[in-house]
Amino acid sequence: MGEHILSWMTFFPVIGAAVIAFVPSERKEVIKTVAAAAAAVPLILAVQLFINFDRGSSAFQFVEHYTWIKSFNIEYFMGIDGLSVPMVLLTAFLSFLCVIASWNINKSVKGYFALFLVLEAGMMGVFCALDFFLFYVFWEVMLLPMYFLIGVWGGPRREYAAIKFFLYTLAGSVLMLLAMIAFYLNVQNPVTGGHTFNMLHMFDQANHNSWLQLTHIRHIIWIALFIGFAIKVPIFPFHTWLPDAHVEAPTAVSVILAGVLLKMGTYGILRISYPMLPDQALWFSYTLAVLGCINILYGAYCAMAQSDMKKLVAYSSVSHMGYVLLGMSAMTSAGINGAVLQMFNHGTITAMMFLCVGVVYDRAHTREINGFGGLGMQMPLYFSVFSFALFAALGLPGLSGFVSEAMIFMGVFPVYRTVTIISALGIIIGAAYVLWMLQRVFLGPKNDKWDNLPDISVREMFTLVPIGIIVLLLGVYPMPILNLMKVSLNNLIKVVAG
Amino acid sequence: MELLNLNIPNWSDMGHWLPEATLCLTFLLAMVGDMIVRGRRIWVPYSISLAGLVLAGIFAIDGMPSGAHTIMGDLVVVDSFAGFFRLLFIFAGLMTVLFSWTAEEIMGASRENKGEFFAMTVLMTAAMCVMAEARDLLMLFLSMEAVGLVSYVMAGYMRTTLRSTEASLKYVIFGAVSSGIMLYGMSLLYGMTGSMTFDGIRDALVAGPVNPFSLLVVTILILAGMSYKIAAVPFHFWCPDVYEGAPTPVTAIFSVGPKAAGFALMIRFFYTAFAAGPDAAGSAGLVEMINWPLLVAVIAAATMTYGNVVALRQDNVKRMLAYSSIAHVGYLLMGFVLLTDAGLQAILFYLLVYTLMNLGAFFYVVAINNHLKSEHLADYVGLGFRAPWAGAMMVVFLASLTGIPPFAGFVGKFYLFFAVMDRQWFWLVIVAGANSVVGLYYYFKVAKAMFLTRPAEGADLSPLKLHWLQYTVLAILAIPTLVLGIFFGPAKGLADEAIRLVSMGL
Repeated sequence: MGEHILSWMTFFPVIGAAVIAFVPSERKEVIKTVAAAAAAVPLILAVQLFINFDRGSSAFQFVEHYTWIKSFNIEYFMGIDGLSVPMVLLTAFLSFLCVIASWNINKSVKGYFALFLVLEAGMMGVFCALDFFLFYVFWEVMLLPMYFLIGVWGGPRREYAAIKFFLYTLAGSVLMLLAMIAFYLNVQNPVTGGHTFNMLHMFDQANHNSWLQLTHIRHIIWIALFIGFAIKVPIFPFHTWLPDAHVEAPTAVSVILAGVLLKMGTYGILRISYPMLPDQALWFSYTLAVLGCINILYGAYCAMAQSDMKKLVAYSSVSHMGYVLLGMSAMTSAGINGAVLQMFNHGTITAMMFLCVGVVYDRAHTREINGFGGLGMQMPLYFSVFSFALFAALGLPGLSGFVSEAMIFMGVFPVYRTVTIISALGIIIGAAYVLWMLQRVFLGPKNDKWDNLPDISVREMFTLVPIGIIVLLLGVYPMPILNLMKVSLNNLIKVVAG
Repeated sequence: MELLNLNIPNWSDMGHWLPEATLCLTFLLAMVGDMIVRGRRIWVPYSISLAGLVLAGIFAIDGMPSGAHTIMGDLVVVDSFAGFFRLLFIFAGLMTVLFSWTAEEIMGASRENKGEFFAMTVLMTAAMCVMAEARDLLMLFLSMEAVGLVSYVMAGYMRTTLRSTEASLKYVIFGAVSSGIMLYGMSLLYGMTGSMTFDGIRDALVAGPVNPFSLLVVTILILAGMSYKIAAVPFHFWCPDVYEGAPTPVTAIFSVGPKAAGFALMIRFFYTAFAAGPDAAGSAGLVEMINWPLLVAVIAAATMTYGNVVALRQDNVKRMLAYSSIAHVGYLLMGFVLLTDAGLQAILFYLLVYTLMNLGAFFYVVAINNHLKSEHLADYVGLGFRAPWAGAMMVVFLASLTGIPPFAGFVGKFYLFFAVMDRQWFWLVIVAGANSVVGLYYYFKVAKAMFLTRPAEGADLSPLKLHWLQYTVLAILAIPTLVLGIFFGPAKGLADEAIRLVSMGL
């Protein structure tokens, strides 16, 4: 496995899905065990990756490079650098935990876990692909499983939410497809002289010719790519699919959606838009900062207005992704490093929050914040875990969210002072909606209706505690992740900002 | 006069027509066989038709032409372009015959002349092959009419059903009108150029002074006739009604066979007669004075938009797929306007993929119709759980029709978009991109009904047992739909090779 570690990480879940397809559907425990095993392998490999990754180099590592479709110069080109490693780790980690968190799924178990594993393969592939075509294929492969995971196993309005998610994302993807073809037609492979999908060739501005030398066309391509990624992040005004999808999706799918899928949008901007169109990145950076600021404030205000816990967490994601955008816009070392760290941290913290919401929903079958009250007495262990997650979300020092947010603000402040000051209000609103929800759900007089709710179970703790440990560790000492990405990201800044 | 120049058929050339000859012979044998068993042992004409199609397929693969061979003077040419289409048609015919054995609409107890259905399918396959080979106005018309006649009969196969006879009559009337229009255009063209062969027409157009207005009229008339054949807007009116009324297996082959044949004919005619030699950039130059690509581009945009928008509102899956096939014609026509090899290669690749996924989708409808006696979306609720494997395969077809990776439909669409972008038809590619998002909505309306919508209380949820043959055929279509989405090099090579020789012939 050493040679092809990225391929194994990507395709082992597919093998698992294929195995599951042939297990009789009554053998639910077998199916779940196979799924857990198939998701555990990438996690083990991720640990190996974490140990062996050369932190001093900005080059792509664990590279696999083969010809795939010769007549179109499409390559099977996988590799990771400091930008992708945290995302790969996050994907492997959350996917495994989500399989465990899905143990209580009882409807069409076979289909659920098979689709879930295909979804994992797609996500992993996106973060590893270095060929634009390959990237696009992985990007799209996720749509179908996601559609069915929301649509079949989701809540009451799942049909609407599923197709909305699908339509929004596909609309963005079509724009990305056209941008990709524009790159393909106008980037020359310096070795062969032909067209190429190789991202490394696309990064090198010397290979750009004809259309890509015209500023207005570069602007158009940038905007097409940006909308494609913005829908995934999601950036205001393309965010409306997100609350719907989150509310209807089953818990584990929400975790993946918020924890990993949203990151693909910002990852795409950093991986593709920034290095391929650096001058446009600078041209757009102020707009990006403003959009980030809007996301932060708008998401936070919307979160405050929600009466459904899950919707609140969903809007908090919109707000927290705004910080990532803000950090990215700065083009400073602290800003970009903070942004990628925030991507990782938001993945873990939001995962915790969604899992916690899932815990209470499984028991009470409602998520109405006002329907609860005094749960802290009834479920003390749950209370402490959920509060931990919520405090991490509001950026309490000592927990990981604080570190990345602080880095982002430090990175952006010298560049866009006004925007930063306005954005900082988001922290206050963030604290407000988090604490207000905490108060309404856990404190105050106990609602007698919930007298029989059992406290959090061992399996649920098993999914929450590992994330909690990471959140705490990175809050105290963020260097393990920062060291992974520092060199690559600083190199990226050099490419873009000169 | 070239018309009088017909050589006596050279029998040594006829060897290239072995697949067509086999098909014609199969048709006769199946008819005679059916008469002998007097419509009782249907397996006799069925197996004769199957064997004949398989044999013709083997001959077609074995005799894959490497050069261009003209047969019967200049009337037809067998080249790799024709070879590609021959394989496509024989495959579509074979799948249709194979599958129809299990189709209630064909084999139901009340049906008469079941054997004839198989024989007719074989005959239609033969006629479509000739359509892809014609390079003379006479042969063009004859082959088109041959396909048309068989189609009229097949559409009216369920002659005791009002829907089916109505479809047949509509088809006949629209067909006759459009043939007349096209024939009129062809006669004008012959009058202007004095030649029946495509090459002769081209040479005359390049050499002579031609009245641009009459040439425009000719182009429009001929284009109208061909647009009817492929059901492009505004000559599509017959299509949804005929497709809905005809027995579903017939609709399946209508939606791929005659359509692909129409494209073959259009490509051969326009790229030989109305395109003068490759220009410096390697793309085909235009005969002066007619800008038919712009005309076709407008038709393409209108066709895909119309097909998609109307499909959105359909509740009948069969009718929805009919409109979707109109939309796909729009996508395909994009490749036609580009005057490049890449454009034509994209059309051929897309036709290949389209045949797989569209046949598959229609066959699923047939299989379900056997059990539910319905094609309505509302009756599809819960089907995904009643027959999971077939449902999964249907999702593969639907996703491929939408154009989502990793399915073949995406590669086809990518290839088309790439070719269009290469020629900088930006407005066209943007229209097509928007359309493919629209397509998602109605294709997944079917998937939604099958998997997402919860069945009403008391609905029948018992597992559906499909015929093993149905699973086999669906798998034969679904597996390549997936494989060609991941590994499409060889199939693309086949399409590229087919086009290389056509453009060399320019």
